Amino acid sequence: MMSTASKCVENCIRAKLQKRFNPKVLQLVNESYMHNVPKDSETHFKVVIVSDEFEGMPLIKRHRLVNTILTDELKSGVHALSIVAKSPNQWKDEPVESSPNCRGGFGK
Amino acid sequence: MTSILRQMININKTTRISSLTYKQFLSTKSDDPIQSHIGKLVKSNKIVVFMKGVPQAPRCGFSNAVVDILNIHKAKFEAHDVLIDENLRNGIKEYSNWPTIPQVFIDGEFIGGCDIMLELHRSGELDKILENNTQEKPVA
Repeated sequence: MMSTASKCVENCIRAKLQKRFNPKVLQLVNESYMHNVPKDSETHFKVVIVSDEFEGMPLIKRHRLVNTILTDELKSGVHALSIVAKSPNQWKDEPVESSPNCRGGFGK
Repeated sequence: MTSILRQMININKTTRISSLTYKQFLSTKSDDPIQSHIGKLVKSNKIVVFMKGVPQAPRCGFSNAVVDILNIHKAKFEAHDVLIDENLRNGIKEYSNWPTIPQVFIDGEFIGGCDIMLELHRSGELDKILENNTQEKPVA
């Protein structure tokens, strides 16, 4: 049984990213409720991460790095991971817009 | 004598391991019919998009955003719906070593998914990429 609001996956993602990047900013939003999945699912996430490590690193490499850290989660149930990865120089402390709305494809 | 034999066995082991590795290396891309099919697909057009649904009716917000961005730039692209082909859906993730859909390829090269397209669009970099994209490649 899926325990309600256990945030099991969310906590795990947060811990892994915290450990690996020692980020200046780490925001994790569970956007699953925007999609066609059961209540309290942990399938769709957005991560905002600001770390010195991204300084001078091409965008695609930043994303690949985050994806690699979260390989297990992405293989075992996390279906969408939206990533905003910036260096401290690039980071402006403004709210990151939410991801686009679902169009029904999930679960197909 | 024993040591020579041992050496021979060791050499044999090493050769076997490296040939296995080579075989595995080959099998991941070119031996797999889906991977070689995808290899052709990504080069079949200047811009190729793997998405959920079709450009006229995307079935995922992220796919929809990628279509919107390419349309803003008036870029022509070829789209493949991964929802109607499970092999393609899994195969493309393996091909690009990228865990999510949509995926955009330009000139056969993997560019990224929705977040990266959005960022490239905002920074103006996409203009440059698409400009290069439409130019004739210099003859070497």
